Amino acid sequence: MQIREIEEEIISEFELFGDDWEQKYEHLIDLGKSLPLIEPGYKTDVNLIKGCQSRVWMHSDFKEGKMIFTADSDAIITKGMVALLVRVLSHQEPVAIVNARLEFIDQIGLKEHLSPTRANGLVSMINRMKQEALQHLSK
Amino acid sequence: MEKGKGNTLDGPAIQRIRNDFPIFKKVINGQSLVYFDNGATVQKPLQVIQAIENYYYQSNANIHRGVHTLSREATELYETARNTVAAHFNVANPQQCVFTSGTTEGINLIAGGLSKAILRSGDEIILTAYEHHSNILPWQLHAQERGLKLKVIPLKSDQSLDIAAAMTLFTDRTKVLAVAHVSNTLGLITDLQALFKIAQQYNVITVVDGAQSSPHMPVNLPELDPDFFVCSAHKMYGPTGIGLLYMKEKWLTELPLFKTGGGTIKTVTFEHTEYAEGALRFEPGTPHISGAVGFAAAIDYMNSIDMSAIYKHESELVRYAQTRLLELPEVEVYGQSEHKAGVISFNVKGAHPFDVGTLLDKYGIAVRTGHHCTQPLMQLLGVQGTVRASFAIYNTLEEVEYFIEKLKRVITLVS
Ligand SMILES: Cc1ncc(COP(=O)(O)O)c(C=O)c1O
Repeated sequence: MQIREIEEEIISEFELFGDDWEQKYEHLIDLGKSLPLIEPGYKTDVNLIKGCQSRVWMHSDFKEGKMIFTADSDAIITKGMVALLVRVLSHQEPVAIVNARLEFIDQIGLKEHLSPTRANGLVSMINRMKQEALQHLSK
Repeated sequence: MEKGKGNTLDGPAIQRIRNDFPIFKKVINGQSLVYFDNGATVQKPLQVIQAIENYYYQSNANIHRGVHTLSREATELYETARNTVAAHFNVANPQQCVFTSGTTEGINLIAGGLSKAILRSGDEIILTAYEHHSNILPWQLHAQERGLKLKVIPLKSDQSLDIAAAMTLFTDRTKVLAVAHVSNTLGLITDLQALFKIAQQYNVITVVDGAQSSPHMPVNLPELDPDFFVCSAHKMYGPTGIGLLYMKEKWLTELPLFKTGGGTIKTVTFEHTEYAEGALRFEPGTPHISGAVGFAAAIDYMNSIDMSAIYKHESELVRYAQTRLLELPEVEVYGQSEHKAGVISFNVKGAHPFDVGTLLDKYGIAVRTGHHCTQPLMQLLGVQGTVRASFAIYNTLEEVEYFIEKLKRVITLVS
């Protein structure tokens, strides 16, 4: 699936909850719990993206023209957000990742988690995903 | 829980107090604000906001410099503020009360001053394991430069200070004891009397970080008798950017200057300066005049309620919150002593404090999460951070009740 298609899928998933933030967060937490774990060997300092409070680890591979991301976080809400980003951006071509605008986050009402003052490492995670995609763009 | 039960203020009294704080009209995430982040900074009553406003409307001028009427008026307000602060802490000579930008600057002036002339290579400074970074880093900086040694009083398994271990730390080379009066993370009240007794035997200079005691309890400085005491107005219902550095009279002349400039002098030539006497010696540049005015208004405000009443009310909130938290098997409370002021720290087992704080915020409850500028303490507790609820005079048992109810919901969400 294309990035935009996956985004649409997520948006309709979250539309079910309407304005009920509790259900929305319950779903986010469930997504976090079901995120396939990063291999322990990749949970290294090099792969650590430091937020002030919660920490995120991210590892990427490049296979058959596509980026493959695995990630983890020590906070479950952050991990839910990480799961969404991995779902949207993993198994995509570098050029699509670099150009992705990720507007779905705003549309499902979770934009507050991308605020730079949030100190959860997500903004840095997106930057890192794009940077790593950029490295494979010319290849 | 009924209103006014135990030692808390009764419903009407609290409502009158809450009406003094305009911010409580604000709605957060669709709910009225439950503000439990008072350890970071407290909200400001109208009396303080208006005093600052009046100053700029009516009396603004630079101080100690002009002969004109406004300048005299501003000078008088500034010096009256100093008298108010001094009287509040029972200090007879207001000159012993120096205005700083806050606790952190106060500690820097003390650490910097002492390190310049009084401390020598090999001298020891004793801190506690629960110090705020602001009472570690200034000492560490000068320790590295001057070859001083930092020693740390350990905690017992209940996180209270190990006074017996403290006794064994003091030696003939110990020159400074710098301790928090109340731990900002755990809320525990330090047994200063016991520590000062040892300090006295070794002739040690005592420095008290009063950032978390001054908002919550009566502090009588001559009775406590430290060499130095520092605090921040913004944690005492006053404005940001102003604080107190109290020193024993002898230090007014003996503490080496760490910061200097205009306003601190009697005469200046390029070769030599004769410094002013008293507090002004430590207040170079144009001070935070409106801040001092607001600080005094905040102190008047606290005294209109009464410090003992504030202590009783907040202690009851802490005691009640702790009792309710301990009923929850999923919760771990740090520093469980009853001897606490205004602060309670906990974690939901297996959950990151960030998650707990994020969800509580969705319910309109503001708590602090993270290391609270006490990373060494976090390492000791073996946690990334904690959730901290800290109370002020406008908080109620009903708010604590609401918080516990929502925390239970959060526990189900995250587990
Ligand atoms: C115990 C303690 N010391 C020092 C500070 C620093 O105070 P300020 O930031 O006002 O200088 C704080 C404030 O968080 C504190 O709680």
